[in-house]
Amino acid sequence: MKTLKKTTKVNLATYLGVILAFTCVTVAKGTGLLSNSMNSWLVPICCYIVMAISLNLTVGISGELSLGHAGFMSVGAFSGVVTAMSLQQAIPFSPLRLAVSMIVGAALAAVVGLIVGIPVLRLRGDYLAIVTLAFGEIIKQLINCLLVGWDSRGLHFAFNLDGTQTISSLGLEEGGIAIIKGAQGATGTVTLSSFTAGFVLVMLTLFIVLNLIQSRTGRAIMAIRDNRIAAESVGLNITKYKLTAFVTSAALAGAAGALYGLNYSNLSSSIFDFNTSILILVFVVLGGLGNIWGSIVATVVLYILPEALREFRDYRMLLYAIVLILVMLVTNSPQVKAILGHIKGKGAKSHG
Amino acid sequence: MKKKNIAALLMAGAMCLSLFAGCTKSDSQESATPSGTDSNVSSSSTAAQFKIGFIGPLTGDTAIYGTNARNGAQIAVDEINALGGDIQFELNPQDDENKAERSVNAYNTLKDWGMQMLVGTVTTTPALSVAPLAHTDRIFTLTPSASSTDVVDGKDNVYQVCFTDPNQGFRSAQYIDENMDVSKIAIIYKNDDNYSTGIYESFKGEADKRGMEIVYTGTFTTDTQNDFAVQVAAAQSAGADLVYLPIYYTPASVILTQANQVGYKPVFFGVDGMDGILTSEGFDPALAEGVMLLSPFAADATDELTVNFVTEYQKRHGQLPNQFAADGYDAVYILYKALTEAGCTPDMTAEEINNALIGAMPTISVDGLTGQNMTWAENGTVNKDPRAIIIKDGVYTTPES
Amino acid sequence: MEFLNNLIIGVSLGSIYAIIALGYTMVYGIAKMLNFAHGDVIMVGGYISFCTTFYLDMPVWLSVLAAVAVCTVLGVVIEGLAYRPLRQATSLAVLITAIGVSYFLQNTAMLIWSPTPKFYTAVVSGSLSLLGGQLQVSYVSILTVAVCLLIMVVLTLFISKSKLGKAMRACSEDKGAAQLMGINVNRTISITFAIGSALAAIAGVLLCSYTPQLSPTTGTQPGIKAFTAAVFGGIGSIPGAFLGGLLLGIIESLAKAYLSTNLASAIVFAVLILVLLFRPSGLLGKYVPEKV
Repeated sequence: MKTLKKTTKVNLATYLGVILAFTCVTVAKGTGLLSNSMNSWLVPICCYIVMAISLNLTVGISGELSLGHAGFMSVGAFSGVVTAMSLQQAIPFSPLRLAVSMIVGAALAAVVGLIVGIPVLRLRGDYLAIVTLAFGEIIKQLINCLLVGWDSRGLHFAFNLDGTQTISSLGLEEGGIAIIKGAQGATGTVTLSSFTAGFVLVMLTLFIVLNLIQSRTGRAIMAIRDNRIAAESVGLNITKYKLTAFVTSAALAGAAGALYGLNYSNLSSSIFDFNTSILILVFVVLGGLGNIWGSIVATVVLYILPEALREFRDYRMLLYAIVLILVMLVTNSPQVKAILGHIKGKGAKSHG
Repeated sequence: MKKKNIAALLMAGAMCLSLFAGCTKSDSQESATPSGTDSNVSSSSTAAQFKIGFIGPLTGDTAIYGTNARNGAQIAVDEINALGGDIQFELNPQDDENKAERSVNAYNTLKDWGMQMLVGTVTTTPALSVAPLAHTDRIFTLTPSASSTDVVDGKDNVYQVCFTDPNQGFRSAQYIDENMDVSKIAIIYKNDDNYSTGIYESFKGEADKRGMEIVYTGTFTTDTQNDFAVQVAAAQSAGADLVYLPIYYTPASVILTQANQVGYKPVFFGVDGMDGILTSEGFDPALAEGVMLLSPFAADATDELTVNFVTEYQKRHGQLPNQFAADGYDAVYILYKALTEAGCTPDMTAEEINNALIGAMPTISVDGLTGQNMTWAENGTVNKDPRAIIIKDGVYTTPES
Repeated sequence: MEFLNNLIIGVSLGSIYAIIALGYTMVYGIAKMLNFAHGDVIMVGGYISFCTTFYLDMPVWLSVLAAVAVCTVLGVVIEGLAYRPLRQATSLAVLITAIGVSYFLQNTAMLIWSPTPKFYTAVVSGSLSLLGGQLQVSYVSILTVAVCLLIMVVLTLFISKSKLGKAMRACSEDKGAAQLMGINVNRTISITFAIGSALAAIAGVLLCSYTPQLSPTTGTQPGIKAFTAAVFGGIGSIPGAFLGGLLLGIIESLAKAYLSTNLASAIVFAVLILVLLFRPSGLLGKYVPEKV
């Protein structure tokens, strides 16, 4: 084992940890130890883990603050739902249909990521943050206007610009199904998601992201984060590398979105709002920027905490806010660091 | 970098610890449930009780509906338990903040508790997620006020206390056409809400059929529900003398205020979601003077049932109950009647009760706060008459005809 | 006529955005940070004004003063506790902290005042009838536009003429050099926050008079819009904030009336993105080349 690098060890431990957690939970599920409410947490947790890891790629590794990550999740969710519903007869085997939906969700989110990324990544810092936020809101509102239905002739789309069209404007044949009803979102979705699918997606995400970080591309991305001008002067193509990270992150968020969307029988675009983007950002920040296993642990803990303590849920967001501020102060302020160092020094002395 | 990791680790550790605390707690709660000694819920007698789950928004924008329905249901439970008959109830209310995801979690929490019947959910959006689950799990569901037809469609064990959205839209158009002297109608509805869209569609269908003139249709979404200046101006310049508002009272009150600011005074006509407008804090009731709404319940009715209920509700909660409280109250009494009819006992499983109630529901007729001789079709919808209510001097009153 | 009416709605909405945007822009110009919590200070201002009139029966002018006082103190406290320790940190860290503060204010408000909306009675009521009753302009709109113009003029004079204003400009150019010239940088930044928050309180009162519903998230949407307005006009520039706010308000209300009520905000954001692509520092912003 000594020949392995430290990062490789950490990565292996991360994979092993996820596999172990999956095995334990599956066994617990099989033996009936998990209550119904715990069972219902499993798929959303997997989705949020993937969201957090992919956002970490943008914010932690590439150093660009994105406040519209939920927008990509939304694109993935709705395209995934449309795919799954329209392929019901073509692919009767549901795990395969789920996989296809997730791929379509990821692909579409990647395309949107590319469209958003090319203009946005020319901006820097605060401007980039506000523009990603704006894009997140635009995506949400566009989906609010979308009507999608399916019948034997194929898919039908309509764009409800003035708000007066309804699903009947699609002119579906007898036996057609309404998949997305504009602002009311998708209703009557046949749910496909399972914990196993979530686990596979998490492992896949880990594999993609960890390999990307350790590759030449990953090192280039981090070099650009640490000093853009220096990186540019040694001939790195800034736009290409930033875009690689951004699009990968969007695609993974899209896959997570598809899994999430197919877990509930109704889904409205309003849940993929600014608050959701922030929630995922909180997971990433508390897990440590650039720290992948940290994102996983933070997501699991922060998802279960408010559910396990339902009676304290009024205070949940308040607690998040305070912890967020404190973590930023502790990790970034020279004064607070000095005080902590002082305490630690004293502690060490008294022990010694 | 290292320090950062340590800090993150400590944080994660601390949270894991609190997580374990949480887990053990829910575990112990679970193991305690079968013996029936759950401390969360008021259990007045030691006799076997039917476990009724309740889901509604107890916090958030629509909290007034959930809290009212819960309070109403609790009064009914207490009254029935005080009778001391064979049927005793235990009510466990859970909050869903009017959100689908929260509602599913609340439903699972109730299932873990051992719920045998569900009174819920109060609002439509979460009901669309919860009702299919209750259908699959074979848990009998009676929603006090989730009024979309999608809630009951294709589910043999989901019933409604309220009338459906299409019914409300249809009745509104009928009432306006037959009883009111208006020529031009404007509609403002919320198009990301199933409830509002459902009523709008059936209203429009019926209005078109009757040849009523709709001069303006405006929409809004959750994000834009605090500014209606543009929509109000459009309705005003279209010359509408009646504005139909198939929406909840919070946005409606903004519309009333902004219309007043520019001196626009048409007749405003609402639906059951308009209920609650008079009790919102800081709202000037004078602005709602003359607002009409269709509702199955008026707190000023003089029949004995209503008077007793309103007195009891005011004694407990210090305010007048709205229609949702009445829906919640009726829901429990409907279950009571159906359980008696079907001869259910508390030791039956949720599925046995479910099957018995499906048989009993279409056969019973209930006199409640929200209607006389309420009967149910097998598809789960109720048959009763809405009445028109007008706001006069700051109270809901029955219009003189 | 209808167009004129919608234009008036746009101008009064835009004036509110402009006042909020002025607060964003001042803080950004001097402290070089995006104060994400600004929108929530507006909400606090609204609640203070509501409570003092509704529960304590204070006259309107006194309640506005109370709101201004509370928000000013709040702004200074937030700056001192949350932002000052991060003066040397990356902009990412500061932005995340600001988001944290925003959540903190919203959730504290939720615990104190409950999430159920309250209804704010406008500080002035009634409307002015023009052109023989064809055009109704509410007094709230007139008041908003007047207050916005007044603030704009006073602020411009203050920044360009007063000693403190000069100190602010010096800090914004170069903090280190300003310090060497004997300017107390921390104090100057505190005062900037105080002024920004006082403006937020006034904006809160006007916003709630215009859209009477008051809830803990009241400040979020206008906050984001005003922030967009500040970036649109060129963040750091006072005339830019004014211009950006007005344009944004007009675009929003015209888009709502003539294009789509559903997409009004999306259109506003799309315009922002277009402007930033062609003028990365906004309409009136200065372009500062990056030094190695």
